[in-house]
Amino acid sequence: MDNIAGSKSSLTWAVHISTLLLVILWVFPTVGLFVSSFRTGDQIATSGWWKAMLPSEQVITLRTASPDEAMQQVDGVYVVEGNLFTEQEPLDIGAFGTSSRDPEAAEPGQTFDMGDGETMTVQPNGDYRWTSTEEMSGRGQRVFVTAEIPPEFTLANYDTVLGQGVLQSLITFAAGSIVVGFAAFWIARQIGFAGPKGVGFIVGIIAFALLTWIYGIGTGIRTGSGSDDMGKAFFATLTVTVPATIIPIVVAAFAAYALAWMDFPGRALLIAAIVGLLVVPLQLALIPLLRFHLNVGIGKGYLGVWLAHTGFGMPLAIYLLRNYMAGLPRDIIENAKVDGATDFQIFTKIILPLSFPALASFAIFQFLWTWNDLLVAKVFLIDPTQGTTVMTDQIVQLMGSRGGQWEILATAAFVSIAVPLVVFFSMQKYLVRGLLAGSVK
Amino acid sequence: MNPAIQGLMTIVFGVGGCLAYFFLSNVVLDTFIFPAKGKNAGRNINRANMVRPWLFLFPALLVLGLYLAYPVFETLRLSLSARLPGGGYEFVGLDNYRQLLNESKFWEALRNNFLWLAVVPAASTAIGLLVAQLTDRISWGSAAKSLIFMPMAISFVGASVIFKLIYDTRPSGLEQIGILNAIWLQFDGGIWSTITLKVVPAIIIVAFGIVCVWIAWLLVRPMIQKGSRPEGPFIKVVRVILAVLALLLAVSSVTGLISLLSATMAYGQPQTWLTVPFYNNFFLMVVLIWIQTGFAMVILSAALRGIPEETVEAAIVDGAGPFQIFFKIKVPQIMGTIVVVWTTITITVLKVFDIVFAMTNGQWETQVLANYMYDKLFRAFDWGVGSAAAMVIMLLVTPILVWNVYNARKEMR
Repeated sequence: MDNIAGSKSSLTWAVHISTLLLVILWVFPTVGLFVSSFRTGDQIATSGWWKAMLPSEQVITLRTASPDEAMQQVDGVYVVEGNLFTEQEPLDIGAFGTSSRDPEAAEPGQTFDMGDGETMTVQPNGDYRWTSTEEMSGRGQRVFVTAEIPPEFTLANYDTVLGQGVLQSLITFAAGSIVVGFAAFWIARQIGFAGPKGVGFIVGIIAFALLTWIYGIGTGIRTGSGSDDMGKAFFATLTVTVPATIIPIVVAAFAAYALAWMDFPGRALLIAAIVGLLVVPLQLALIPLLRFHLNVGIGKGYLGVWLAHTGFGMPLAIYLLRNYMAGLPRDIIENAKVDGATDFQIFTKIILPLSFPALASFAIFQFLWTWNDLLVAKVFLIDPTQGTTVMTDQIVQLMGSRGGQWEILATAAFVSIAVPLVVFFSMQKYLVRGLLAGSVK
Repeated sequence: MNPAIQGLMTIVFGVGGCLAYFFLSNVVLDTFIFPAKGKNAGRNINRANMVRPWLFLFPALLVLGLYLAYPVFETLRLSLSARLPGGGYEFVGLDNYRQLLNESKFWEALRNNFLWLAVVPAASTAIGLLVAQLTDRISWGSAAKSLIFMPMAISFVGASVIFKLIYDTRPSGLEQIGILNAIWLQFDGGIWSTITLKVVPAIIIVAFGIVCVWIAWLLVRPMIQKGSRPEGPFIKVVRVILAVLALLLAVSSVTGLISLLSATMAYGQPQTWLTVPFYNNFFLMVVLIWIQTGFAMVILSAALRGIPEETVEAAIVDGAGPFQIFFKIKVPQIMGTIVVVWTTITITVLKVFDIVFAMTNGQWETQVLANYMYDKLFRAFDWGVGSAAAMVIMLLVTPILVWNVYNARKEMR
């Protein structure tokens, strides 16, 4: 439409700027979480994450040498001298004090009177001179120092949450698998496997990357306490998600085929019922099903969650897949029937391969929302030993117990977000296609 | 055992069992029950073909019936009964509902739910439409779209953590690490504070009120004007109800305007946003709007693409400006899609549980029905009242259910 006279208006700039603003507004929160997950707890507590690249002013507590070891007597005054930064990187000191109530009592170079005949002098580079008219003993004097601390990024949060060294091995594995995958993809292209097979290769790369990821998470040496351990929760989530994604697809695909291409009495009624069930809130199902599960003996475990997710995803799955399959050309199916194929053969050999886009889009949906689910897992998957706590539930628990410790919370949340984001960005095309197939005619 | 292997084993069993059913059941049908050979081959094939649809459908129907249809009735039954001490149930009629109606927390949840239903679908659809229209014309539009669509992949719990960080509060004097408070502390009561905090929101509220009145007028107009095509009584009733709702929203925007203009702001004081009654609801809604806008955008932008270009060209030739083209040519043509998006988000809003549960857990007057129900069921173990609350949610969904089925049947013909 841009070539129509009058449509290229002065509004173009306004369009660019407002789009940019909206995008920034939408991305900003997630970036905050991402940046925070790499900062130390002290840094998160002292400055907003948007200042993460700037040096921050922090008060740190240091201690002088013990008078028992370093005390000298000079001109009748007891003196302890030395440098405060014996155990850490030297910093540029902006102010100092000896009480936590007034950490900025004196400028560097000034002599600060501590009372009882004691004085303290701290130079900007950390050299101190602590004098007293009486003999001192015991531990060194605490000195509060205000200093500009350069920005610092750390992987320690991931070590706490996932296990020692897991993130490093994840990055290595992911990078390696992407290189291997794309090399394989490229070689296949060169040999001549282009076209629709390309999709298979990309899926293969993603699957390979995910598998190495999973392996990577399994490699860590667990250091965190039980409630910080997202590694275990990751596997619990995965154990819930994979069957809860595959089972409904298999079941729904067969049903969708029957509803689209097989003749039997009551078909229209069934379709209408499924459309109606699309909107039934899953809250309704909680008590009756929990009672049912307990009565049958499934109890609260993986099997129950799989079945629940299968049930709750089923109407949308059948609806999407049936709409798609009904749109496939009739000739193919009739030809196959004339050739003597049974419905089972037609379904597995013709319909399933042709329905790949619809299957993929529903798979992504179901994956995203079983991965992100909290309610179903909270009701149907409670294990007193915490062995099956899924990540979302774990994060809610962390929010309660670690409310102030943003480094743990942000990292844990980011771990749970990472996999859906990877899936989302790599499979976005199918997701959008599925959304459109389901919602707009 | 490595948890990875353990997970893999359970997965193989679960999925394998499911695949085995379909394969084996078909094999059994074709080779043992109705074999397609021998003297009855033809009859057997026909019989097998009569049975096969049900073989294909059986697991799906079982799951649908057990996990969606049966619970509706069972919950209804539970909501009419009370648990006896020592096990068993007795029929108590509407007692649970009476108890529900007497609880102030329920009314709070219902009020908040209506607030959510009014704000979230409207805001998500409006922003989604805006983004769809903006990104339609620029070269980096698809990149912008996928970034705005991204929150769809993030769990409600993850989003809650993200926004908790935004709303975080630290005592005054310390540096704020929540962006909202950092921004808030920049305001000092001067002219810019007045403009951004009073004048701009006032304009937005007034615009919202005008839009509500306009929508009400659009809904009522066909019934008043002569010459419009006749409609059934059902549609008339729906129109009147929707118009009244729109007018109610307009009235509430007026009262909101008054309270906004008369409010005194606590400048220079860090706020604990999630504990400010009434307004904290909006801070929670922002999370869902943030997630759902991408969904609305994707569908609406496809609908915008589907508009025939001739209509737009004709409007341009007639001298229409960009805003006229948008509101008078494009929006009416995609009205059907807007309604679909709106209803879909409405359903999501009715089910929303995680955000409230993770961020405030219903404290500080932020309770919503879904969370209230969860509280009753799994904290208070009051299954009767909890089921009654679930039935209230079902009641709110029913109009959409009816409308969906009605539409689907219309399309089938």
